[in-house]
Amino acid sequence: MSSIISISGVTKTYATGFKALKEINLDIERGEIFALLGPNGAGKTTLISIVCGIVNRSSGSVTVDGHDIGKNYRAARSLIGLVPQELTIDAFETVWATVNYSRGLFGKAPNKDFVEKVLKDLSLWDKKDAKAITLSGGMKRRLMIAKALSHEPRVLFLDEPTAGVDVELRQDMWAMVRRLREDGVTIILTTHYIEEAEAMADRVGVINRGEIILVEGKAELMRKLGRKQMTLELRAPLGAIPDGLSRYALELSADGSELTYTYDNQSDRPGVASLIRDLEAAGLQFRDLDTKNSSLEEIFVSLLRQEP
Amino acid sequence: MNLRAVWAIYRVEMARAFRTVLQSIISPVISTSLYFVVFGSAIGSRITEIDGIGYGAFIVPGLMMLSLLTQSISNASFAIYFPKFVGSIYELLSAPVSYLEIIIAYVGGAATKSIMLGLIILATASLFVPLRIEHPFWMIAFLVLTAVTFSLFGFIIGIWAKSFEQLQLVPLLIVTPLTFLGGSFYSINMLPGIWKTITLLNPVVYLISGFRWSFYGKADVSVGVSLGMTLVFLAVCIAIVAWIFRTGYRLRN
Repeated sequence: MSSIISISGVTKTYATGFKALKEINLDIERGEIFALLGPNGAGKTTLISIVCGIVNRSSGSVTVDGHDIGKNYRAARSLIGLVPQELTIDAFETVWATVNYSRGLFGKAPNKDFVEKVLKDLSLWDKKDAKAITLSGGMKRRLMIAKALSHEPRVLFLDEPTAGVDVELRQDMWAMVRRLREDGVTIILTTHYIEEAEAMADRVGVINRGEIILVEGKAELMRKLGRKQMTLELRAPLGAIPDGLSRYALELSADGSELTYTYDNQSDRPGVASLIRDLEAAGLQFRDLDTKNSSLEEIFVSLLRQEP
Repeated sequence: MNLRAVWAIYRVEMARAFRTVLQSIISPVISTSLYFVVFGSAIGSRITEIDGIGYGAFIVPGLMMLSLLTQSISNASFAIYFPKFVGSIYELLSAPVSYLEIIIAYVGGAATKSIMLGLIILATASLFVPLRIEHPFWMIAFLVLTAVTFSLFGFIIGIWAKSFEQLQLVPLLIVTPLTFLGGSFYSINMLPGIWKTITLLNPVVYLISGFRWSFYGKADVSVGVSLGMTLVFLAVCIAIVAWIFRTGYRLRN
């Protein structure tokens, strides 16, 4: 069995009648970094909360490493660490006390060395005797992560981990995620920052209005849906695109100095090489050339647009 | 049984009490002393004796019950309401702990605190009036039973409450009046005709009566009835908690 989390047919209808999730089927593979992307209110947090046991599902089943989250909740939950979106900590506890509390809550024997290592990894060691209320926002975020890691989880959920986080912490956090992955920890992160998914994830799932609309390896997703653009800086401005080039999807900038060519990575349509030959044939000369891949963000936006 | 989790929660709850030592320990000592000055000295100088017990000594079990009830409720309700309020309850809900373990830890913590408080009041009272405890076993039994029952009741209130106002509502509007009217400061035999009967509808009467019996061997109602009523209330609280946890009421939606 390669998947560590298996979600099948999960739905959630809140008491208000709001259908937060409609028939979610999703398998998370062991040891991967999975990014769950979606706009606000898409159902990301609800889905995570169901897997973690915070919200009851309306129907469907979830297993974590083969343990049903209902019948076998102890085994299932003890494998999971959760870093929620909101900074919610008992403000009057010290860092050291609250992290050890989390470890105890998950039934793990006290292990000072391990907790010390977690705090040191997250640059919290010199704050260990400080009360949570005295920490800065970034420090609080680190503390939430420390609490989640305190019981040595095999699966880590990061719900919007970098919302409102500065660059340094973000870098630290990604370094930590990579280290955890090397140790075999499966990581599921939700985000609406695409660059996060792009930088970190092995696979990406897109959720919108309570439905998973796509799950794909990041590289495949980029290849399949990604577009490339080539921009040519012309030596002399152009009034209109010459007729000989009409079979290319070209765009001319307003001042006529730049030509932009958009093409699919995989398409069989005439490629860059033939365009350059045809440009020469048409007598156009260019000073510089630039190509770029479309980002996951653009892919994401175009996916959501396709939704009815 | 995830005993480590029970211990972890219990320890945090106890730590909170010691962090607020002034509020937890000094304030009951002061308020008990005030009760003695006001009720014991000012009023007691006119009443002198009830059922052959000096008035000052007579009110001690009632005073202990008064604090035991209100503190058990406020400790337990706050303990579970606060994490709900700030959101840190997510951790408890996502942890591999059963409902029974959650109850044992929170109610155990709250009950421990109020039992300690009761004993502090008892010690303070012994400085003012001569005390005797005729049935120490039953005194402890009533103390523990009441602390546990009302901590459980507080826990229910804490889960039910959606605001700090609601959290205060039940203790303020129901429990405190019932305690004052439940014979803390008088024997219900002193009440005129009909009021004596009405008072018997007040569950707190049975608690105080039974508790006072364990001190002085004198009671307004029979001890068996007192014990029975306490156990009934405990059973009702357990039933409500069982229902809350079966349905996830206001905890897991």
